[in-house]
Amino acid sequence: MKNHATLSAEFVKDSERMHWHDRALWYVRQKRDNAAKAVPEWEELRALASQIKAHTMENLDHYLETFEKEARKNGVAVHWAKDAEEHNRIVYEILAKNGAKKVVKSKSMLTEECGLNPYLERRGIEVTDTDLGERIIQLKGDAPSHIVLPAIHLKKEDVSAIFHEHLHSEEHNSDPTYLTGVAREHLRQKFLSADAAITGVNFAVSETGAVVVCTNEGNADMGVSLAKVHIACMGIEKIIPRMCDLGVFTRLLARSATGQPVTTYTSHFRKPREGAQMHVVIVDNGRSAILHEEDFARSLHCIRCGACMNTCPTYRRSGGHAYRFVIPGPIGSILAPLKQPDRYNDLPFACTLCGSCRNVCPVKIDLDHQLYRHRQEIMKRDVFKEKKRFMKWIARLMQHPMLFTLVGKTVRTIAPILPKSLLYHKKNVWGRYRQMPDFPKQSFKALYKKERNAKKQ
Amino acid sequence: MKIGLFIPCFVNELYPQVGMATLRLLENLGLDVTYPLSQTCCGQPFANSGCESDVQALAYRFVDIFQHFDYIVAPSASCVVMVKEHYGAFFDDAHEGFAKVKSSIYEVCEFLHDVIKPETFNVSFPYRVGVHNSCHGQRGLNLASASELQIPHFSKIKNLLSMVDDVTIVELNRDDECCGFGGTFSVTEPELSAAMGNDRITDHLSSGAEVMTGADMSCLMHMDGLIQKNGQRLKVMHITQILAGEGV
Amino acid sequence: MPKSSREAILKNIRTQKRGTPPPLPETSRFGTTYEDKVKVFQSRLSDVGAVFVECDREGITGTIREKYPHAKTIASLIKNDTLANVDLDAVQDPHELKDLDLAIFEGVFGVAENGAIWIENDHNRHRALYFIARHIVIVLPKAEIVDNMHQAYERIDLSQSGFGTFISGPSKTADIEQALVIGAHGPKSLYVVLV
Repeated sequence: MKNHATLSAEFVKDSERMHWHDRALWYVRQKRDNAAKAVPEWEELRALASQIKAHTMENLDHYLETFEKEARKNGVAVHWAKDAEEHNRIVYEILAKNGAKKVVKSKSMLTEECGLNPYLERRGIEVTDTDLGERIIQLKGDAPSHIVLPAIHLKKEDVSAIFHEHLHSEEHNSDPTYLTGVAREHLRQKFLSADAAITGVNFAVSETGAVVVCTNEGNADMGVSLAKVHIACMGIEKIIPRMCDLGVFTRLLARSATGQPVTTYTSHFRKPREGAQMHVVIVDNGRSAILHEEDFARSLHCIRCGACMNTCPTYRRSGGHAYRFVIPGPIGSILAPLKQPDRYNDLPFACTLCGSCRNVCPVKIDLDHQLYRHRQEIMKRDVFKEKKRFMKWIARLMQHPMLFTLVGKTVRTIAPILPKSLLYHKKNVWGRYRQMPDFPKQSFKALYKKERNAKKQ
Repeated sequence: MKIGLFIPCFVNELYPQVGMATLRLLENLGLDVTYPLSQTCCGQPFANSGCESDVQALAYRFVDIFQHFDYIVAPSASCVVMVKEHYGAFFDDAHEGFAKVKSSIYEVCEFLHDVIKPETFNVSFPYRVGVHNSCHGQRGLNLASASELQIPHFSKIKNLLSMVDDVTIVELNRDDECCGFGGTFSVTEPELSAAMGNDRITDHLSSGAEVMTGADMSCLMHMDGLIQKNGQRLKVMHITQILAGEGV
Repeated sequence: MPKSSREAILKNIRTQKRGTPPPLPETSRFGTTYEDKVKVFQSRLSDVGAVFVECDREGITGTIREKYPHAKTIASLIKNDTLANVDLDAVQDPHELKDLDLAIFEGVFGVAENGAIWIENDHNRHRALYFIARHIVIVLPKAEIVDNMHQAYERIDLSQSGFGTFISGPSKTADIEQALVIGAHGPKSLYVVLV
């Protein structure tokens, strides 16, 4: 199976497209910067969010239980799923019980993580993803490449072709306004004929048992306000203690994600509407295990804004698909190895540890530190045996200054006289795109000794 | 004030002129500098590749060699970050030697800016210079304010550089984007690493830079390699070389 | 008796507790306040693609008619609104509102920092009203504008109504090559009448 290095090499090969992708995401990063600049207390706000999350995680059981109690009082049915399979089964059973055959779904990374769509489709239920980016991806049969901008890797010409094929839009008309209009009409039919609406949960408020869903398109609200059944799916970490905590998070989320001061819709669902049902499915799927990993527990603070992806110089130039995980980029590179260590042990190394992600994270997750710690864990498990052996050998060499000096002198003597074909042999990966440095005759140490001796005389 | 000069292993072998420039720069300011001959490497490449445990012996050597100096100065932000942030795993809090080393180790720009505070370097450098903000230097050592953070803007490197006569510091499009060196990343993801480096180079060139400088020779080595291979006209010099009065 | 998933999950969480957690912060007085919050609010409304007008209560009908002269089907939550020609009380199913041109309703308060308006109507049976109409008009008292979201949440209760939403501008998307398109699945325009 291809790893990040191979996939990123492929992505980089199409230089024009790679740069287009990079510029698109850098633009979102810049919008985020401008939005943050407009909030003088931005850094304090991040600190508050981090504090609220840390407090919540230490009391997660209490807040989940209170949430459930309050939600039930409001007429909301609360279900618990220990893993993806159970989540899917619970959702299916609710749908089956209500004779629901057509479902509209707004963005939920959790349902992606659980593989809900294929599960339901195999059981004869039509699932329409209603976020425009997700619908484009769904029609194409592709995977999302970003958690907030799922179709960021596609150009408008690509969307035009997809819509022409599946929605019979005008061929070669790639005007975004036109295409959005086509999607609006198409998805409106889906909203109107849906039996059930599935949404994610941006924040679940323990104090009131309410769930908050944020969108720009209004697709979550269209679905939920029309269908008779609303199923809101959430990971256990989405809980926040109080309504007033939403003040902190709603100020951070959209600014970090897209550079907007707030999403167009921030809907608070506390009770089902008259004659309708509301269900909340609380999902663990490995999260409670992460809680007791001292190094990685803080990854649960993530509010899925995508800012880390937008700023990540390697993500921008390799694309989300290079990560092969439902969530790409820095946070994905921390979560994926926790989920499936053997499959994703390349991801913590798909990074230069530049630290930009840590600085944009609205809840101040120490992303770069966690990536560094993942590397230590992975190497301890003896995954990259050859690399480990090589590193150990060099480290041992470094303990002996005279040996190090000798090796250095040898390399500096031989390298300049090697024929180019040997110096730039395939195995010399450094030399593939770079000219080798000039090999000086003397090391600094030798020059220093010479100078000091000359001074003495 | 006795200064222990710490020269990164690869600078010692491949860029001795940077070591000499650092030495000259400090001595020109009247400082007493010694280069302990038995030093080798801080261990950073091993730690970043996941082999932190192999660094232990090197950490002990380092503290042993350098603990008796008043200050330890290195022309490398990443090596200094290594010592300050990662060596703690090998020493307990009570270890005096490590505590001393940790509090007295400085990257050279940091040292000049925060401790020595010269008013001029008495050198001229009539060129257009782009400053590469290496990630370790900036986000690790606070050599400059990171563009992501909403804090007052500052840059120690640019402050020092502006004390050089006739120099023009150019504005880049992306002030602090990573160059893609990343240690072993440069060879485990060579295409991506080269793409990132080339983008930094393009930024400098399109901003009108004739010279690229910075505080980390690792970043500069990576980008210089690309520049030479690509045949581009951008001279790469470590900041100490400019401050020490070297010409292009 | 096999443990339920609920018990298993809670047990897993409980066994992982480590230290003393930081306290929850007090934020009611936190956040930027503005010298002229109405002006800031109006500026943000424009930024998010909404159009606004200032008038007194008598002028509401006139300004809406002027703004939407071609609206055929109009529903309103405002008592005795002469513009409305759809009787919301008679509507049994929100699907009946699918061809609604214009929906008019009141906002509880506005938020200066982001141009958002809090909508909570205890007596409204059809939440779809806010999203399904082609265009919406929100009537908002100018005096009911707060500076920021911290102040906003001090005012929100929700215990009576069960649903509330912040609306900030018309629906929009930038999912196609980052090009901002106003009018996604929700309303294509928002007209705010500040009274």
